[in-house]
Amino acid sequence: MSELILPKRVYYTIFAILLLCTYLTWQLAYFDLGPLNTVAALGIAVFKSVLVVLFFMHAKYSTRLTWVVGIAGVFWLGILLALTMGDYLTRGWVN
Amino acid sequence: MPLPPQHYLNNGYGVKSWLLTRDHKRIALLYLAAVTFFFFIGGAFAVVIRLELATPAGDLVSDETYNKLFTMHGVMMVFFFLIPVIPAVLGNFLVPLMIGAKDLAFPKLNLASWYIYMLGGLFTLYALVTGGVDTGWTFYTPFSTVSSTTKVIPTALGIFITGFSSILTGLNFIVTIHRMRAPGMRWFRMPLFLWSMYATSLIFVLGTPVIAITVLLIAAERVFQFGFFDPARGGDPVLFQHLFWFYSHPAVYIMVLPSMGIVSEIVAAFCRKQVFGYEFVAFSSLAIAVLGFLVWGHHMFIAGESVYAALIFSILSFLVAIPSAVKVFNWTATMYKGSISWDTPMLYAIGFIGLFTVGGLTGLFLAAVGLDVHVTDTYFIIAHFHYIMVGGTIMGYLGGLHYWWPKISGRQYNEALAKLSAGIIFVGFNLTFFPQFVLGYLGMPRRYHAYPPEFQVLNVLSSAGASILGVGYLIPMVYLMWSLRYGKVAGSNPWGATGLEWTTTSPPPTDNFTQTPIVTQEPYVYPRVEGRVA
Ligand SMILES: [Cu+2]
Repeated sequence: MSELILPKRVYYTIFAILLLCTYLTWQLAYFDLGPLNTVAALGIAVFKSVLVVLFFMHAKYSTRLTWVVGIAGVFWLGILLALTMGDYLTRGWVN
Repeated sequence: MPLPPQHYLNNGYGVKSWLLTRDHKRIALLYLAAVTFFFFIGGAFAVVIRLELATPAGDLVSDETYNKLFTMHGVMMVFFFLIPVIPAVLGNFLVPLMIGAKDLAFPKLNLASWYIYMLGGLFTLYALVTGGVDTGWTFYTPFSTVSSTTKVIPTALGIFITGFSSILTGLNFIVTIHRMRAPGMRWFRMPLFLWSMYATSLIFVLGTPVIAITVLLIAAERVFQFGFFDPARGGDPVLFQHLFWFYSHPAVYIMVLPSMGIVSEIVAAFCRKQVFGYEFVAFSSLAIAVLGFLVWGHHMFIAGESVYAALIFSILSFLVAIPSAVKVFNWTATMYKGSISWDTPMLYAIGFIGLFTVGGLTGLFLAAVGLDVHVTDTYFIIAHFHYIMVGGTIMGYLGGLHYWWPKISGRQYNEALAKLSAGIIFVGFNLTFFPQFVLGYLGMPRRYHAYPPEFQVLNVLSSAGASILGVGYLIPMVYLMWSLRYGKVAGSNPWGATGLEWTTTSPPPTDNFTQTPIVTQEPYVYPRVEGRVA
């Protein structure tokens, strides 16, 4: 597990993709996509963080238990986001 | 009867043997000293607050000073005492002993978490001595980000840093409980204190990162004006409240779940009975930990939260009452026809059950949206959460400290004094906080240093109670210290209790057990007491 050594090539490739994504986010900011602005920015960000978790943090090569722990963490973040948005999205319903 | 020749306390006396120790028992004592220090600082602020409120006029301190007093009282008590106290002191000491292990899974990490806690404490003390903070322990925006001119940033950093000590403690306990149980110690043979520690650790790991980042956002917003919480730049001050309470509501269960675990241990030991409905008590700890994450919006009913969200949060808040009530009913059922002995720990456990019930039931008032609107930000809230945090957490903690003190120190304290101070604390507590329910219901708001004269009688009662409570907290300090040197030697198992921690000597050897214990039965198997119908 902790003995795992990936070829350096993997890290450099991922690093290059991350830089590319950052560039993409920056360039996208010059176009007005309307409501898609946030979706695009967050989509790229999520993709980047998945890469970091899978390769830099070795989640891809870890045990099922590690996966469960990781997914539980994301699920808990989901609770935070879902119930918070439950407030914001329903504020206009009454007036 | 002499103390055992070799134990963790006489295994080295130098400063280094303490400050560089990896022994979970010594680290527990380092924490004990540190949290006690912060408790008395936080307590000193409470004393000044109650003195100020003895008269309707704001005459003892200025309004600015008063704001700082209640802020520092809250910050010290919540982040530096109530959250770490039971896990880091009793949990640290007992988790390895109760599962029959030599130490926690990561002893160095355990020591590191104490240093991290101390570093966070230093930041907060620095904020204190260089002028203090006046935002309230809740750091609500925009006051904390725009208006306050006090030491918000060092305090926020102190809380951020201390958060990591919580996370590391939680991680350590989870891994230890999963991996280091003695042969035969199946999950459903674990003492209920361990279930509560496990549930608490889950909250530590899942919740603490959120508060750490949230207070860091406050600091970042002050320094760089990012605008996370500023509507003028697309931010939202209520977002802060969502993030803050996502952790800070579960934090209440970080405080009270460990106490519930202690009460389960004490009730079983002093009633000589198996805990009624063991599985239900164990699972209710996990249920509280999980449900506790779904209710935070009840702090925001009047904060502009949508009525639909308020409805959902209200219903979910009511649900938490179920596992809490399961525990109260099961402790009561355990006592039923038990052979009860009224030693000091049992007095605290009974006190906990009563005070927690009052705190919990008044929580239902607050979960009801309509009633909450009336009492939000009044003394009703103050009374409610002090019943949970002081009446619950501290009663449980003191019960546990007295129950395991013979194990920790090897000696017995003065039982008569201990019973006396338990009584003083119970009376002082109720006199301090019960009048505050009435005050709040009548409309006295929290966080003001002056109030209309008609509230004076109830406030004087409360202040008088606080002075009694203060005396009650000082007495145990004295007789526990005294017992370290002069107390009667306790022996391995002074209470005749079950549990692996009582099978080793008191104080335990550095390695806890001379040979690895093997567990063959459920916890709390007490022989029937003669002459009683069980
Ligand atoms: Cu709450």
